[in-house]
Amino acid sequence: MDYQFTKEEMEFKEEVAEFVKAQLPADWEERVLYWPGGYGTWPLAEAEFRPFYMEFNRKLGEKGWLSLAWPREFGGSNSMIKQAIVDDLTSYYRVPAGGAAQIIAGPTIIAVGSQKMKDQWLPRIARGEVSIWLGYSEPNAGSDLGALQTRAMDRGDHYVINGQKTWSTGAHATDYCWLLARTDPQAGKHAGATLLLVDNETPGITIRPIINICETHSFNEVFFDDVKVPKENVVGEVNRGFHHVMLALQYERLAVSTGAFRRFLEELVRYCRENRRYGLPLAEAPLIRDRMAAIATEIEILYCYYWYTAWLIDQGRFATREASAIKLFATELSKKLVEASMDTLGPYGPLHKDSWRVPLMGRVGLGYLDAVSGTLGAGTSEIQRSVIATRGLGLPR
Amino acid sequence: MHFEPSEEQKILKKTAEDFLGKECPKDLVRGLVLNGGGYPKNLWHQMAKLGWMGLILPEAYGGSGMTFRDLAILLEVMGYYLCPSPFISTILGGALPILIHGTASQKTEYLPRLAAGEMVLTMAVLEESGVYAAQDIEMSAVRKGDDFVFNGCKLFVPNALDADQILCLTRTGKAIDPAQGLTIFLLSTRTPGLTIKPMKSISHNCQGALVFDNVKIPSQNILGEEGHGWPVVLEALSWAALGQAAEMIGGARAAFDLAKTYAKERIQFDRPIGSFPAIQAYFTDMWILLTGARMLTMKAATNLSKGVIAEGEIAMAKAKAGEAYRTVTTLSHQIFGAIGFCLEHDLHLFHRHAITADHTYGGVEEQHKIIAKAIGL
Repeated sequence: MDYQFTKEEMEFKEEVAEFVKAQLPADWEERVLYWPGGYGTWPLAEAEFRPFYMEFNRKLGEKGWLSLAWPREFGGSNSMIKQAIVDDLTSYYRVPAGGAAQIIAGPTIIAVGSQKMKDQWLPRIARGEVSIWLGYSEPNAGSDLGALQTRAMDRGDHYVINGQKTWSTGAHATDYCWLLARTDPQAGKHAGATLLLVDNETPGITIRPIINICETHSFNEVFFDDVKVPKENVVGEVNRGFHHVMLALQYERLAVSTGAFRRFLEELVRYCRENRRYGLPLAEAPLIRDRMAAIATEIEILYCYYWYTAWLIDQGRFATREASAIKLFATELSKKLVEASMDTLGPYGPLHKDSWRVPLMGRVGLGYLDAVSGTLGAGTSEIQRSVIATRGLGLPR
Repeated sequence: MHFEPSEEQKILKKTAEDFLGKECPKDLVRGLVLNGGGYPKNLWHQMAKLGWMGLILPEAYGGSGMTFRDLAILLEVMGYYLCPSPFISTILGGALPILIHGTASQKTEYLPRLAAGEMVLTMAVLEESGVYAAQDIEMSAVRKGDDFVFNGCKLFVPNALDADQILCLTRTGKAIDPAQGLTIFLLSTRTPGLTIKPMKSISHNCQGALVFDNVKIPSQNILGEEGHGWPVVLEALSWAALGQAAEMIGGARAAFDLAKTYAKERIQFDRPIGSFPAIQAYFTDMWILLTGARMLTMKAATNLSKGVIAEGEIAMAKAKAGEAYRTVTTLSHQIFGAIGFCLEHDLHLFHRHAITADHTYGGVEEQHKIIAKAIGL
């Protein structure tokens, strides 16, 4: 056992950090909020950031840094540890590296896709040319995804989609939908659904914005009205959609913006050293030292889970339980971090980012609102706890 | 000991609920959140007609001479409906200090107009550090003949953008004890040389900063005694903190009720989500926290009505009410899921208000300091 990086990993880390720093626009820090563990201010979900994001990802793609965890035969490096190093550093600089296309679509296509689909999609995904949104949630199918009603009707050489998706993060700022739709309504609740790749430009798709409480347009409701999808766009097997979706969950949940946690703590500590209260630097107040120490400890735990889970995946072991634990731990830590920040900053905490004298670029005020989303999106805390208890610890359902 | 409200208190509560239920819809509050705060003047004037501004002022000044316990009941209803008004700053941070420490002419000038809802008041204390600590008050007022000359800056002044008059704490003298040499002045927000800058928060409050550039204020505007302003501030601060606690309890109850209704209606896994043990545990935790905080608040308000002033008791109420409000809105968000994360939903209005209200009139750290002192540390 060794909790240190190898020499090669260290060099890779430095190379990535140098590269990422060189790509950032000068005003990036002011423009992007990126609260750790939040989904509402994630730059890749906002149309404003799309040109930079796509350009940045193409550059990462050129280096092969979007598909490091993929097997070598599909252009990857077989190393989740290396991918985790990239994700950690990009989130430290508050730029998203890759997205659902690389984290979910790629590995799923590798695992279950046809040869034709692999040939057609994997190189483009690895180059950072494909962006997707996840078409899972519906108005009556949230935590209970098995209740989804969107239909895909077999019409010979194509499917016709009808229904509605919601909380569709980034649907307005991506090119394709990774759609889960019901193909056999007679099958059981968790059977009879199929995964499809759907071009956002297909006639019959209407995307309506939903503005979140950070006043950001991150998610949407999406209506499918007689949308024709060619059968070659089916991912994996027909009626095995739920199985394919579960398969990818362990990869998705590793991306928890570890670097953004580390970065914000550094900034908060600097703030405590530079500002005074009761005639003393905040950094000398026992209560504040206590809060900072507790948060720093939890961030350290998050990193332990992070590297360990990446290693498990590299060993080819099943890591669903650890991946669920990371997602749960990180998003709850997101809330603890913002609560501690609020109490440390006093009345400066709730200031809006546009306010006079707002500290830390207003990250705390909006972070307080955004922290709400982390424990809800990508499987609520309640669902993660139940996954850990049943699938991870073997408790009865 | 008994816990039954009087008939008069029941009527007060019912009247307030009926009135705000009709006149203070959530869309009104949402509009203020999105447009930088403020308060609806029309609502304010109707509240004055119902006698709310004068509720605890003596009849001689147009009030009705009721108690702090009555006021706490009213504030809880106002919090429940997220009533956007500068009520706490005007009455508890303004009218009461004038009633207790004002000269006869100050009282006649201000109190009847306050009771009639013709004036909005607030108290300006905080500076750079953001905490109510005498050693952190540095903004000076220097005597020049019959006037004092103000230079400097006051921050986080509640309702500063809406206020007509301000009770402003300044340093008029240096002493070894930092609590000495502090003086309160009454001044108009339209005084030449005074600039009021917004300090926009994530809530609908319209706090601001006062920037003084060689502003002359006559010495007759002093409230209380020159150099002895700090105890007056602390006293008003504890009234305002208690009022804010009652208001927060109301908001927390409303968020709790919203979540409870939803948990009974929302179906997932073919059952209402309120039937799941994880969700039920949230409700139990919220209810216990909220009920405890409410009892602390009502106890402090009842004791204050009887003339028992206990800063520690009030600080406990403020700290716990803030914790309850923050916890209830955070857990309610967890119960509502994504729909609660949308701007068009009502829940975030409470969530925003919870954090700003908790930080108004002293946050949890400051309350804990008061409690520590009160228990003999």
